[in-house]
Amino acid sequence: MSNFPPPVPAITDVSRPFWQAAREHRLEIQRCDDCGEWIFYPRQVCSECLSSALSWRQVSGLGSVYSYTILHVPPHPGLADELPLIVAVVKLDEGPQLTTNIVDCPPQNLTVDMPVSACFDDVDDNTTLVKFRPV
Amino acid sequence: MSLRGKAAITGFAEMAPQKRPEGKTSLGIIAEMARAAIADAGLEKSQIDGLLTAASLSDFSMLWPSAVVEYLHLNPRYFDQVELGGASSTGMVWRAAAAIEAGMCHTVLCVIGDTWDSKLFMNKPPPFPATELEFDAPYGLSGANAGYALIARRHMHEFGTTAEQLAKVAVDQRKSACANPHALFGQQQISVDDVLNSRMIADPLHLLEIVSPASGGGAFIVTSADRAKLGPNRPVYLLGAGEAGEHSSITRAPSMTHSLVKPAADLAFDMAGVTREQIDFIQPYDCYTITVLVTLEDAGFCAKGEGGRFIEEHDLSWAGDFPCNTHGGQLSFGQPGIAGGMSHVIEGVRQLMGRGEQRQVKDATIGYVNGNGGIMAEQCGLILGVEQ
Repeated sequence: MSNFPPPVPAITDVSRPFWQAAREHRLEIQRCDDCGEWIFYPRQVCSECLSSALSWRQVSGLGSVYSYTILHVPPHPGLADELPLIVAVVKLDEGPQLTTNIVDCPPQNLTVDMPVSACFDDVDDNTTLVKFRPV
Repeated sequence: MSLRGKAAITGFAEMAPQKRPEGKTSLGIIAEMARAAIADAGLEKSQIDGLLTAASLSDFSMLWPSAVVEYLHLNPRYFDQVELGGASSTGMVWRAAAAIEAGMCHTVLCVIGDTWDSKLFMNKPPPFPATELEFDAPYGLSGANAGYALIARRHMHEFGTTAEQLAKVAVDQRKSACANPHALFGQQQISVDDVLNSRMIADPLHLLEIVSPASGGGAFIVTSADRAKLGPNRPVYLLGAGEAGEHSSITRAPSMTHSLVKPAADLAFDMAGVTREQIDFIQPYDCYTITVLVTLEDAGFCAKGEGGRFIEEHDLSWAGDFPCNTHGGQLSFGQPGIAGGMSHVIEGVRQLMGRGEQRQVKDATIGYVNGNGGIMAEQCGLILGVEQ
């Protein structure tokens, strides 16, 4: 076991609804009430039209693997026990892209553009990470 | 109005990268580079009235430009830091020229030094954006290896780029490194098989496709075109510059394969009024092999998706038909922290001054230099030439 704890998100007041929903195993992201843009990561202001009128919406969690890498060297000492670690960028069907890990998938079965769905990993008493698995 | 031909680089200094600091500090390296670059330009310290620098990763702090001014006892009329990661050095060139053209100062010292020890990122990591620490790092997307591996994977998927094509970048640049006594890895040539048999770090990127961090630094002097003609070296004029930004985390980039190198290069070429065919060499930032491939495409030296084939069909070494990173690139020269991008500017200037020694590109008069920061996030392209 590594002596280092894994990196966990430092949650802000702006991002808390996202992480709270993840804790309850739901994927919620923001949408702009004015221009309709889906927004990720959580913001105070729409990155397209700069409106403050943002609402949290539950989304399906369906998407596809935009790209992935398999790490054989730990990117952080607290992730040393996770190797080989699949780091991926998933494009949600709604449009935004998330950094994530692909789970329940042997590395040799991974392909770019493969469909995936969100799942939830309760990594400690406070934190749930949003990961994805093949559909 | 444009900056074309308004200012020139008149002198430079460069430290051979070394794996360990060996007692040197970032400010100490900066001071040594400043002394040597000022002397190379035929100037006295008192003639430096502008300073551009970048905070080192190892001693990262706020108020860095003042710390440098204090260490060197400078009295600048213009001073600042350029914080564009690996694009900081190219970004300094046009900022210096703009400050001179605006009448804020006459002669700008541009200097970066950095030290590296292997425990740095564990013990004293420089602060990264909070959004990346919150939404990327918990999943293992931190540091640069994973980010560039994501780009390489996507490029392979969209365009059929192969591991062999990427590996050849490292092979050709190593040939040039073997003609550069300053290169950290200039002792032995490597083959495509050597690259592909080196340890897989971030699939699809192998160890020999990834820069090796080091301690080092560099400096150059920018002054007005009129003053440049008075110096001992052939002036190297800034003919064009272009910059572009759009994202910080690669996850939020609109495309992983179509980079901001393109708008930055287009702006630089437009300002310079030169064509891609007129370019005698390129010095593109090369933290990874994929960085060079994407830059070749987006800077317009081949069509999008054709980078792999271009690399196969051309000899990128200093003596080849398409000289690219004639100092060996950071892949073989070493990456002295945030000073890594200095090596591309300095090598471009060195070639144009005719000081390339055993790796001099014959009749080189115009070169393209690209600085790249973060994960293809900050881009600053330059056209440098010997004719004003």
